[in-house]
Amino acid sequence: MSGIRRYLEFIGNVGLFALRSARRAFIPPFEFMMIWRQIESVGWQSLPLVISSGLALGIVLNFHTRSTMIRFGAQAMIPTVQSLAFFNELGPLVAGLLVAGRVGAGIGAELADMRVTEQIDAIEAFSIDSFKLLVIPRIIACIIALPILTVFIDVAGLTGGYLIERGISHLSLSLYLNRAFSQVGWATFIPPTLKTTVFGFIIGVVSSYFGYTTNEGSSGVGRASTNSVVVSSLLIILADVMLVKSIFFLYPESAI
Amino acid sequence: MKASPAISFGKVSKAFGNIDVLKDVSFEISEGEALCILGRSGTGKSVTLKLIIGLLKPDEGTVCIQDQNIVGIEQDKLSAVRRRMGFLFQSAALFDSFSVNDNLALPLERFTKKSKAEINSLIEQRLKDVGLGQDRYKMPVELSGGMRKRAGLARALILDPHILLVDEPSSGLDRITSSEIDELLLSIKKKDKTTMVIVTHDIREARRVGDRIAVLDQAGLVGIGTAQELEGHGNELVKALVSEKDCHAH
Repeated sequence: MSGIRRYLEFIGNVGLFALRSARRAFIPPFEFMMIWRQIESVGWQSLPLVISSGLALGIVLNFHTRSTMIRFGAQAMIPTVQSLAFFNELGPLVAGLLVAGRVGAGIGAELADMRVTEQIDAIEAFSIDSFKLLVIPRIIACIIALPILTVFIDVAGLTGGYLIERGISHLSLSLYLNRAFSQVGWATFIPPTLKTTVFGFIIGVVSSYFGYTTNEGSSGVGRASTNSVVVSSLLIILADVMLVKSIFFLYPESAI
Repeated sequence: MKASPAISFGKVSKAFGNIDVLKDVSFEISEGEALCILGRSGTGKSVTLKLIIGLLKPDEGTVCIQDQNIVGIEQDKLSAVRRRMGFLFQSAALFDSFSVNDNLALPLERFTKKSKAEINSLIEQRLKDVGLGQDRYKMPVELSGGMRKRAGLARALILDPHILLVDEPSSGLDRITSSEIDELLLSIKKKDKTTMVIVTHDIREARRVGDRIAVLDQAGLVGIGTAQELEGHGNELVKALVSEKDCHAH
């Protein structure tokens, strides 16, 4: 019974933390410098991981779809399948999970360490709003960086697919792109890419919550880091299910 | 007419869960006075500092800073009171992702209308005062423990506070470095007439820097006075702590 109570308490606390963040994000002062620093940390520094993962995933996806498509005589459709898979689902979800792993752990550990080493108290002692200075910029950076990283993983995935196509089928780049984008419309690119802003919000809020509210000393730093990744990843997958359903409802053509 | 105290605690109580950390603690600190707080670990010394600056709220009692009770006051009024205080944390609590320069610049950029040139020269001066003139653009991770304490002290003093709160200035430092920190505190006290509250385990430091010494034990204030007064105190713990002339108290 106490387990269920703790679980409900946790959901309530994260929900309140998210509401507080959403409300405070629109109240000045706006920490533009901190937001920029965090975008650099969340976005720029995640780029090598995101691009290499996208490239590898594109290659693997091409290998896996090739045998099936050949069996049905639809080899020419491989670039189309590849692009639809990346734009609709693989790009956004994998980008979200990668950032949850790299950035979520980092935010959780960094804020927890700042709490443990009294850096947050030092900020408050100067009458600087630590929540606005530390939490809000991280959440905003995650929201801004994730759609951009998603575009990069999409491009990297298509590049990986093209490399295999080029090696096996000697397909030209223009023909590959022509086939890849033949079925891609507004509804198959913009809504799935923009849904990652929700993933960014989840990563920012959850990891900041675990880091900012830790009160367990140095052991809390590790726990905040682990919990940030586990809970963010879980919530991203759950949110993805709901967002995909919503996109199908709003843009039925993307469901075909 | 008697001048009003810089800091006054009126029957302050604070508990964490079922554990009473402070119970009905009352004392006053005059303007320009340095009070050293001694006591065993977990007796509420650091909590006392955090209550003074409003980072913690007492469960009962009043905490007055220059006659203004800060318990339950609005955030903007509390912010104004805090800006008259500086706090050197036990671990120095420098912001890891900022250079020493940026650590000092942050409060200046937020709370003063000084130009960039004025801020630069003020930072330069403060860092020279604490002997870190050459380390201005270093990151905290590049500094030794003693240098971090000095940088933390420079940051605590950057807004010219009336009250300086210092948590364990000598912890983790060798005797020579901690003596240098004590020298810095003494010079600040002499030069700026800053009111100081210093939490320490080191009786030598307390005798050297403090005008008076307060001893906390079992959630209460068991003794307060000059070192000489406390040497003849009736409480055995107070006597034991204060008479340890050449070693750390517990």
